[in-house]
Amino acid sequence: MAAHAVAMTIEQVAVRFGGLVAISDMSFTVGEGEIVSLIGPNGAGKTTAFNVMTGFIEPSAGRVTYRDTALNGLKPHQIADLGLIRTFQRTSVFPNDTVYDNLLIGLHRQGRIRLLDAILGLPGARASERKLRKRASDLIEWVGLERRAHDAAGSLSYGEQRLVGVALALAAEPTMLLLDEPVSGMNASETHRFVELIRDIRGRGITILLVEHDMPMVMTVSDRIVVLNYGRIIAEGTPEMIRNDPAVIEAYLGHGAGRA
Amino acid sequence: MKAAITVLAVAALATVPLWLRDPYLLNALITTGIFIIGAMSLNLLLGFTGQLSLGHIAFFGIGAYVSALTSLGFDIGLPGGARLVHEPWPPIVGLALAILVAGLCGYFVGLLSFRVRGAYFVIVTISFAEVVRLVALNWVELTQGPLALTNIPSIALPLAGFGELTLRTKLQNYYLVLVVGLVAYLLIARLVHSHFGRAMRGLMENETLAVSVGIDVTKTLTLAAVISAAIAGAAGSLYAHYIRIIDPEVFAFINTVTMVIMVISGGKGSLSGPGVGGLIFGLLPVALRPIMAPEAQWIAYGGVLMAILFVLPRGIVPSLAQRLVRRRSGAAALAPVALAETGVKKGA
Repeated sequence: MAAHAVAMTIEQVAVRFGGLVAISDMSFTVGEGEIVSLIGPNGAGKTTAFNVMTGFIEPSAGRVTYRDTALNGLKPHQIADLGLIRTFQRTSVFPNDTVYDNLLIGLHRQGRIRLLDAILGLPGARASERKLRKRASDLIEWVGLERRAHDAAGSLSYGEQRLVGVALALAAEPTMLLLDEPVSGMNASETHRFVELIRDIRGRGITILLVEHDMPMVMTVSDRIVVLNYGRIIAEGTPEMIRNDPAVIEAYLGHGAGRA
Repeated sequence: MKAAITVLAVAALATVPLWLRDPYLLNALITTGIFIIGAMSLNLLLGFTGQLSLGHIAFFGIGAYVSALTSLGFDIGLPGGARLVHEPWPPIVGLALAILVAGLCGYFVGLLSFRVRGAYFVIVTISFAEVVRLVALNWVELTQGPLALTNIPSIALPLAGFGELTLRTKLQNYYLVLVVGLVAYLLIARLVHSHFGRAMRGLMENETLAVSVGIDVTKTLTLAAVISAAIAGAAGSLYAHYIRIIDPEVFAFINTVTMVIMVISGGKGSLSGPGVGGLIFGLLPVALRPIMAPEAQWIAYGGVLMAILFVLPRGIVPSLAQRLVRRRSGAAALAPVALAETGVKKGA
């Protein structure tokens, strides 16, 4: 890949829960506009890494920097304000609200107006509200859920909820998006559509860090792949390099396969 | 449809004094109305952020005492022998100060307890109410303790160029409570439908996700607590100037429970829920009194509450609204998308 300006730097990050080492020593960078995937067997520390980058967990050692701002000690909502937005493996929607209202909640960062203006219904507040509603409709259209816009998000299928989750993340206007296993539980055609969405997101100039188990999908979409195993990085490179890396093959398939 | 119901309800409430001449019933309506305002403020926390304030009466009582003391004046000793003397101010200023001071208390209680939330918030609010009650009971120099503050003046509205109008009669106070109630209702409605209200809903439904899209938990919840406490303070002030006597019993736990019952039965998270639940449980004791022995009254009260929650578990307003929507969308539910899905479920 062409040389990117560095968007995010992870330096010697370690996370320990009591005696359990979730991440022992992790360093890598993500360039602006890049699609980087973080892969590894179950329990390798991928989601923990995500939680560190988005402020849900404070690392035991090391630091994460996004666009020259150190993230250590920042709260999740403050990190969101830097434009670093994530999706979740499971909890991806506000279940009792309609899809449309979900997106309006997601547009929180765009809709901050003075409370008094909202209470008095001043023109500025109304204009802001109109803009938000338009934006919410656009996002629903973008993920193709127009027909479900007024259904409770909790009543949608799993795949559809994932789409809502991504639209929600995009509503927060990220400059970098962290997707945690976005296609798990999706069928082949849903996954295919999702890959298109990811490319579209990148086309908007948004950097993407992806955690995913679906290898064909990861190989198709990534510029670069970082492989974690037992809390440390065992390989890093283009999809082609990773496919042929003996350490990766061993981690995924065991010793025998590595030698064969 | 919804707007039509609201207009009809307001019109009905506005015409009540025209046909209801019984002062005893009008009095019951006024005190019920004051408690409904308190319940609406509780609903802002309980129904829209999911935080149960079991000491909500503290804000109500603080509003009552602040307003009463502002309009009565006081003369207390300070450490070091100095004295703090306050000459009486108009009750309307007391109302404004009640809102301000109660809101400030809401801010500190919120700031302290929203770092932990849930059960801890419940405990902090209960403790807060109890502490405030003990202060009111023991600071005799300021509050007269159990002897109560008496002769609290009625609220007087300044009329530009016509002096002022003192609201002494029940009729006047009925309309005062109705107007303040409507203002509180509109304020909460606007709030809930703003970006701030959506942030509250987001936090209640899925806090992790809400935080990840940039919603500040502490700020949102604290702001909700401030506004909720301020409205409760306004209700307390109305109470003090209407009843014209208050003692530390105003902080009794049962008063909070009454508000919670009003909110839960009417429907938490519904704007009109506290009003509906409040009218039922505020007036039920009045209706039962002539026909039952005291002990039977309370059993009946509990029975009605249980019956409502059994038949309409989400509260009267949300449960009925849901049934109405279902009945009306009966035909729409046969649209292709829904049909395909229910078909799958039934087939499975």
